[in-house]
Amino acid sequence: MFTSLSSHAIGQLACWLEGGGSLSQGNMAATVLPCLLLLSVGWIVGDAAQGGGDTFREELLLTPLRSGDIAATFQFRTRLDSDLRREKVSHYRLFPKVLGQVISKYSVQELHLSFTQGFWRTRSWGQPLLQAPTGAELWVWFQDSVADVNKSWKELSNILSGIFCASLNFIESTNTVAPTASFKPQGLVNVTNHSLLRYATLPREVVCTENLTPWKKLLPCGSKAGLASLLKAERLYHSSYHSQSVHIRPICGNADCTQVSWELRQVLTVVFDLYSSGMGKRDWSLFKMFSRTITEPCPLASESKIYLDTSGSEKDDDLFEVSPFTAHESLVPVHGDKKLYTVYDLLEQSVFNTSRNLNIALKWKGSPSSDAGPPLPPVCHAERYVSGYGLQTGVINTMIYNNHPYRAFPVMLMETVPWYLRLYVHTLSITTKGKENKPSYIHYQPAKDRRRPHLLEMLIQLPPNSVTKVSIEFERALLKWTEYPPDPNHGFYISPSVLSVLIPSVTSTKTEMEDSPLFATIFPSSDGSSYFIRLYTEPLLVNLPTPDFSMPYNVICLTCTVVAVGYGSFYNLLTRTFQVEDRKGGGIVKKLANIIRRIRGVPLLDAGSLQRRKGHAAEAPQIGAME
Amino acid sequence: MAAPLVLVVLVAVTVRAVLFRSSLAGFISERVEVVSPLNSWKRVVEGMSLLDLGVSPYSGDVFHETPLIVYLFHFVVDYAEIVFMIVDALTAVALYLAVRDYNKAMFKQQRLYLELKKYAPESHDLLRVPTEMYYIPLKVALFYLLNPYTVLCCVAKSTSAINNAVIALFILSTVKGSLLLSAVFLALATYQSLYPVTLFMPALLYLLQRQFIPVKAANPDFWLFTCQYGSLYLGSLVIVLCHSFFLLNSWDFVYSIYGFILSVPDLTPNIGLFWYFFAEMFEHFSLFFVCVFQINVFFYTVPLTIKLKEHPFFLLFIQLAIISIFKSYPTVGDVALYMAFLPMWSHLSRFLRNLFFVSCMLIVCSVLFPVLWHLWIYAGSANSNFYYAITLSFNVGQILLVSDYFYAFLRREYHLQHGLYLTKKDGSEATLILS
Repeated sequence: MFTSLSSHAIGQLACWLEGGGSLSQGNMAATVLPCLLLLSVGWIVGDAAQGGGDTFREELLLTPLRSGDIAATFQFRTRLDSDLRREKVSHYRLFPKVLGQVISKYSVQELHLSFTQGFWRTRSWGQPLLQAPTGAELWVWFQDSVADVNKSWKELSNILSGIFCASLNFIESTNTVAPTASFKPQGLVNVTNHSLLRYATLPREVVCTENLTPWKKLLPCGSKAGLASLLKAERLYHSSYHSQSVHIRPICGNADCTQVSWELRQVLTVVFDLYSSGMGKRDWSLFKMFSRTITEPCPLASESKIYLDTSGSEKDDDLFEVSPFTAHESLVPVHGDKKLYTVYDLLEQSVFNTSRNLNIALKWKGSPSSDAGPPLPPVCHAERYVSGYGLQTGVINTMIYNNHPYRAFPVMLMETVPWYLRLYVHTLSITTKGKENKPSYIHYQPAKDRRRPHLLEMLIQLPPNSVTKVSIEFERALLKWTEYPPDPNHGFYISPSVLSVLIPSVTSTKTEMEDSPLFATIFPSSDGSSYFIRLYTEPLLVNLPTPDFSMPYNVICLTCTVVAVGYGSFYNLLTRTFQVEDRKGGGIVKKLANIIRRIRGVPLLDAGSLQRRKGHAAEAPQIGAME
Repeated sequence: MAAPLVLVVLVAVTVRAVLFRSSLAGFISERVEVVSPLNSWKRVVEGMSLLDLGVSPYSGDVFHETPLIVYLFHFVVDYAEIVFMIVDALTAVALYLAVRDYNKAMFKQQRLYLELKKYAPESHDLLRVPTEMYYIPLKVALFYLLNPYTVLCCVAKSTSAINNAVIALFILSTVKGSLLLSAVFLALATYQSLYPVTLFMPALLYLLQRQFIPVKAANPDFWLFTCQYGSLYLGSLVIVLCHSFFLLNSWDFVYSIYGFILSVPDLTPNIGLFWYFFAEMFEHFSLFFVCVFQINVFFYTVPLTIKLKEHPFFLLFIQLAIISIFKSYPTVGDVALYMAFLPMWSHLSRFLRNLFFVSCMLIVCSVLFPVLWHLWIYAGSANSNFYYAITLSFNVGQILLVSDYFYAFLRREYHLQHGLYLTKKDGSEATLILS
């Protein structure tokens, strides 16, 4: 599969992509999280004999971004300690029944669904914990017992469409691909037969309250208590970036991995632009962001924590002040580096103030101008644009930046382009620093009209401190008038390209799955020397030539007329023969003409009167029109 | 006669070489009038790079050339420009030789008919004389090589030039009376673009005429010869198709080429009638109209064959014109092929009714194609209807041109038998009508 894996780093990425499941299996060999709390109902009703019962963890990570914005990442993890694949699970406590049944019915191995509005600006916000493409994204691994993957995929997307009130029913064969190398199972499985994988994005999907409500209903406490009580639609959608996702995967149920548990991870990321709305002040608080404060943890949660990223304050202690003060701090390995976080454990009563609420606030002491210059760009980021003019052809350009000063690393780039942009793979050019950069692996699946999109996957080695430009030409197709969306001149969205990158770590970090915070364990890491991230570029908006929608009848009539002109003239010449005109009276037309002529008082037509001209004997006789 | 032909070929090659080297080459090769999805050079290159990537070129919907073309160009892709110039010159030489032989045969036939007193006595003005016929082959070659349509087609490296060459060779071998070569070249032309299957009838009629076998159902020789030619044709077609199968080890190409031609899934604008019609068609009528439009190309064959069974070469000309008007992805290369034969029918000019009007129409349309394309696609100040209107009038012009020649041909035949100056019984000048 991989033709020439020259460097060590490519090998690593290949290794991760090939065997992500097995590696994670090793890492997940952690102890089953002991139930620290006596949960109110679950504990009594729960099936304790089967290994402890379900657990629920919630977590909020607050990260001030380099640009002055602030990102809040909610993570909710529900664990079901029985295997949905083998047993018939009829009793659900914390795990949502609706998803459990869907997984059993369609033999889903792994499911990842995200709804996103806005675009994560990697360049100014830094590396995201978990990025999602604008619109909706769904990728599912099916179990190898599924006979007809396409049918299950179609039905599953229709059901999810109903569950999440989204237009996932628009997922069909024209926007579905089966990537060979970019998406590997993240859970406990060794199957890498990519015919069991389906991936689709809907970049046009608009995310709003109706998607949030069903998402919140999956939580054990709903939005009644705990961190989820902060999730109020009117604030969440008043933000620069909003992304909510659902990830379901099987994980190890116990230390030696003899039992299988299922994990439902719900992640919601929102970026608030407080800097500009706060009139230049960078101070923020939970109340300012969500217009709410936290009053209690979710009583069903075994862990409920808020992490505040304070890694910027290490050098200068007096930069800002966090209230309320807490002494809990922890070093967490994130993105290949250990970062310092202030931790609020909501299960401890002491974090709440006298009026029983918690409003974390941050006040800057120094002036904002004390920060030096623009923020440093992240190690790897990418952008994409369409060049060219007119509606005939165009070029898709992807720029991938490696800002690491001395390390090269590989990136797996995946492009999904709908069939109506006809890609020409011979025009694919990858250049780094003015030189051609030959990819070590290329998988290309050309599109089929009205059936299948283009899929292009490439493994590219990025040299240190470089910009790589990937460009490919395309031709715009003219579609049938019924194939255009209601506003055809708005353009067509092209799904973002997906970059799977394995970036070298700064410090050697090895994460333990169960004990570390949820945000550090989104992707299983292979070993300490590098970490995996998945980046998405912007979706593209491309205009296609359009027919005139107002005149199908006219076109049908006019074209048929031309065909009839051809038919008529050939028919005339084929079926009739030349004859000397000998009829005296002429046809009915001539009679009518003579009546009119009599009224007008001009000489009447008679046979040959028009033609007779003397002195032109050599000229051919005039011929009456074809009748 | 060879020297002027060489001169024409040299001029033509120079013009093409200059255009290949100029900046216009890139512009021309993107023109939708010159290249269609079936014969665009960009798609040939794409097919070859797909093969290099280990992907079957027919697994996608970009490549619709035949497997033989891919393998041919796999070897000569670096010399593609020279190959296309040679192909054009070859076509012109083949047409030149074919027309020269045909004219000789026609002259002989005319003398025979004169001796047999088959012509009316007053029709001698209509008889063809050697001095007029002398330059016709050269004019045909000139019309083909220096026709702007052919030049554009060659500079864009459209593979319709190759199809034209195959058809020219087919005509040459038919005129020369070579049964086998005629069938093989016809099979190759059919294999590449399907529509030349309608040229089977004129070729058969011509060969029968050459062998002096009368076309009569009671005649066993006629049936024997028809079976012979038919089986040669089908045999070569099967061999070519099987050969393609063994090159790629799959039958995907059949659907990808012939299915693509017949079902018209790609609505990229071109000079034909199909693209806008099916872009605007209601979905549930689509299949019906595809059938109607496709039948249109083929069904004229039968009545035309009956009407023109004495004149197979003219039948061939009319068939070529009908293909180029009604085929699903026409380009100017197809138009250029039948237009090359126009000098052959210069003796019909006295009966042509609207040659001036039609010529103006075709020239104006050809100029307006790129203008309206620019207004629609680049400037955005016009819409698709403008370009559609020009394709309509271009096709009306072509239909008028062809039917005018057809009319003139039939009229001349009538006058040859009944005399040039027709009189009524009372001695007055008569009017000739079609009824």
